Amino acid sequence: MKRAARKPTPLPAGSEWTPEAIDQYNTEIARAAAEFGLDIYPVQVEIITAEQMMDAYASVGMPVNYHHWSFGKHFLTTEKGYRRGQMGLAYEIVINSNPCIAYLMEENTLTMQGLVIAHAAYGHNSFFKGNYLFRTWTNADAIIDYLLFARNYIAECEERYGEEEVELLLDSCHALMNLGVDRYKRPPKLSLAKEKLRQREREEYLQGQVNELWRTLPVHEAHADPGGSRRFPPEPEENLLYFVEKHAPLLEPWQREVVRIVRKIAQYFFPQRQTQVMNEGWATFWHYTLLNRLYDEGLLADSFMLEFLQSHTNVVYQPPYNSRWYGGINPYALGFAMWQDIRRICEDPTDEDREWFPDIAGGNWLEVFDFAMRNFKDESFIAQYLSPKVMRDLRLFAVLDDDQEDTLHISAIHDQDGYRRVRAMLSEQYNLGSREPYIQVWNVDLRGDRSLTLRHQQYQRRPLGDATDEVMKHLARLWGFTVRLESVDADGQVELLAEVRNEKRRSASDD
Amino acid sequence: MVRIIDRRFDSKNKSAVNRQRFMRRFRQQIRRAVSDAIQGRSIRDLDNGEQISIPARDLAEPHFQHGRGGVREQVYAGNDQFTSGDHVRRPLDGDGGGGQGKASNEGEHEDDFVFQLSREEFLDLFFDDLALPNLVRTQLARITEYKTRRAGFTADGTPANINIVRSMRGALGRRLALGAPWSARLREAQHQLDELLAAKGEHGEEIQALREEIARLRARIEGIPFIDSFDLRYNNRVKTPLPTTSAVMFCVMDVSGSMDEEKKSTAKRFFMLLYLFLTRSYEHIEVVFIRHHTVAREVNENEFFHSRESGGTVVSSALKLMHEILRERYAGGQWNIYGAQASDGDNWDNDSPLCRQLLDTDILPWCQHFAYIEITPGEPQNLWREYARLDGEHANFAMQRIRTPADIYPVFRELFKKTLV
Repeated sequence: MKRAARKPTPLPAGSEWTPEAIDQYNTEIARAAAEFGLDIYPVQVEIITAEQMMDAYASVGMPVNYHHWSFGKHFLTTEKGYRRGQMGLAYEIVINSNPCIAYLMEENTLTMQGLVIAHAAYGHNSFFKGNYLFRTWTNADAIIDYLLFARNYIAECEERYGEEEVELLLDSCHALMNLGVDRYKRPPKLSLAKEKLRQREREEYLQGQVNELWRTLPVHEAHADPGGSRRFPPEPEENLLYFVEKHAPLLEPWQREVVRIVRKIAQYFFPQRQTQVMNEGWATFWHYTLLNRLYDEGLLADSFMLEFLQSHTNVVYQPPYNSRWYGGINPYALGFAMWQDIRRICEDPTDEDREWFPDIAGGNWLEVFDFAMRNFKDESFIAQYLSPKVMRDLRLFAVLDDDQEDTLHISAIHDQDGYRRVRAMLSEQYNLGSREPYIQVWNVDLRGDRSLTLRHQQYQRRPLGDATDEVMKHLARLWGFTVRLESVDADGQVELLAEVRNEKRRSASDD
Repeated sequence: MVRIIDRRFDSKNKSAVNRQRFMRRFRQQIRRAVSDAIQGRSIRDLDNGEQISIPARDLAEPHFQHGRGGVREQVYAGNDQFTSGDHVRRPLDGDGGGGQGKASNEGEHEDDFVFQLSREEFLDLFFDDLALPNLVRTQLARITEYKTRRAGFTADGTPANINIVRSMRGALGRRLALGAPWSARLREAQHQLDELLAAKGEHGEEIQALREEIARLRARIEGIPFIDSFDLRYNNRVKTPLPTTSAVMFCVMDVSGSMDEEKKSTAKRFFMLLYLFLTRSYEHIEVVFIRHHTVAREVNENEFFHSRESGGTVVSSALKLMHEILRERYAGGQWNIYGAQASDGDNWDNDSPLCRQLLDTDILPWCQHFAYIEITPGEPQNLWREYARLDGEHANFAMQRIRTPADIYPVFRELFKKTLV
């Protein structure tokens, strides 16, 4: 074997790291990753201080971002937690860009640096590069450039129109951020050069379009109303920010551009929200596998392994439901358990596995892995690969909570009758479509008061939360006219949930 | 394939801007929290920032979310007792048990948002656009403290300050300079002598003459004084005026029966504000607490605020004591003296004119500022009327009435508004 032929020179041990040691670790991990066939973006490792890590936290993990008070709030929270020692900072932040940037904190021990490199720079990195969601929705080559463009553009707007004005606009956009993504349409690629070039063009064009839309109104008003029942948009629109950007009557061109920036950034983070279990599980699996491989080759000291295993165990711990530490299913634990299990099913299948997973049982695990990593998101990954063994190991059970019943009902547990239901429920739990309220743009009253109507499709009789009125105020600010929100229940009954009246036009001309 | 970049020395505080934005946006709430925080502090407890909590709902970032209710089916981990078909009591909120624990996504965090203000931020919020009265005058005109500093060398001074190295260097230079013409001639004569000696030997008149000349020249050169009073250099020390950085603050309070706890707490907050304010301008501040009913006593802070006496009120006793302490400990101009008096306005009738007189002649002339606050919901009392006569005469005297604790801050601003300078 190759291993026997190579005379191993152990990697540096101890807790102090040096750039050379990091380099050596990286080289060995890269070699092991290549042996497993991981396809990655080039790696750029950056060493930062705890403060810089907090900075990075505050701007949602990105190296550049525009300024906003909410990031300051985020920063204060992190800082407080860290200063008091209530919370360790994440070991790493990794950015889905090309090259893939992995931040290592200076406080980390050498072991932790090794772990982080394996986890972020090879685990996450390969996931970013391979998974279909990331391939479709994000453009790793352009994101940093785009953020830079966004920051400069917004800074420029602040200079021109005042910080306050921009801040209010951003507040409103942030409130709708979750509904600012295209779930099905493929977005065009971002590119700084194109973005700049087309931005001005777009401004003029957009404004023209909007004016066009509204300008026709008086002409039509004279006629009888042949298509009075025709709605605009003809099909409900799920991307609220997109709709606002394109059709809000009163926004200035720069405001449309800001809406667009927020929308683009929301879109960039959309895949991450849908692949948490898979992505973290994948990265955890690989740091575990890669470092164990290096240990088998005699490259790692026992002390390294002990420290590594200790933090690995902490990361993949799943507290039981009745523990005070319980905070839902730990994505690291679930993801790691599933990927480990898939490998086991391939390498060492039982009869149960053959029954449940005839396609992959006894297969080549690397191929199965590659396929699974590329073509799934959390929801479908769980529906496809969650095995009875993992359910048993994590002792998963489903609880049905119907507010019309007095008690909770244990609908399924980890037994023969329950596997499928538990799996379906868990998969549903990761379905963004059911996790978040389903709200679409339903109609704009083109001929009347220009009011905008949203429709919320009730799911399982779940009502909307308390923040709804606030969000509607934000929407009203963007739209400039009355906005209302209707709710449609399972029987098709429509009910008006909220209405924010805003008939006063701004004093500035909207031409 | 890998690039390792050390970014540790790159710019930090990327979030400073965001933090400022946050502070600006929630200025109102933060300010409110700051004034609440004051209540729990000792007057002199200023070395810390402050933990500020703002109701989280004020700074929520709203999103469309599901509320409670409807049908929900969730998967939990760690089953230890259930089988399918079980019915379980719905746990209470915060119970953490199965069912809809905190795993639900309502995002209803009713907790306060807590964060740490640095000391500077804390004080800035407090004093915002205030400035110390007469501060400019104190710093520019009333310079009372000096520090001696080295300032090179001078040609005269006391023997104790002679700088030997400098003096000797000067003397050496002077000797060289004064002897220069003779030295040149001496070198020349020596040269000629050497030549003659080589050419003609020991004898000859010329040689004799040269030898004499050389001896004369040497005597001349040696005759130059080794050291002259002219050479002496003295270390120079100059006195540089230092702006006074010490202040003393007198807290005078009536603790007679009519001053209840509420009034005292109002007074405390006023004193505290004054103290905070002074720390912005002075490095070192002493506080003297004087409380009085019919007699005055100097006490510590705890006693000052927390014990209560009964009986009548003679305000002048406190002012007399203040004057005494002032004379004994804080005379001599090194101290900036601030006085603050809090009372409910009750005084023995005949005493009030005396109080005015004491202030007028014995106290106000020494004070940077003296503030009188009357904490009373009712009509002004006789002390107020007497003091009112001082108001116009002394620029460094101010008086205000406080009815409720809410009045303190505005009153404080009124007392110390910038226009007073």
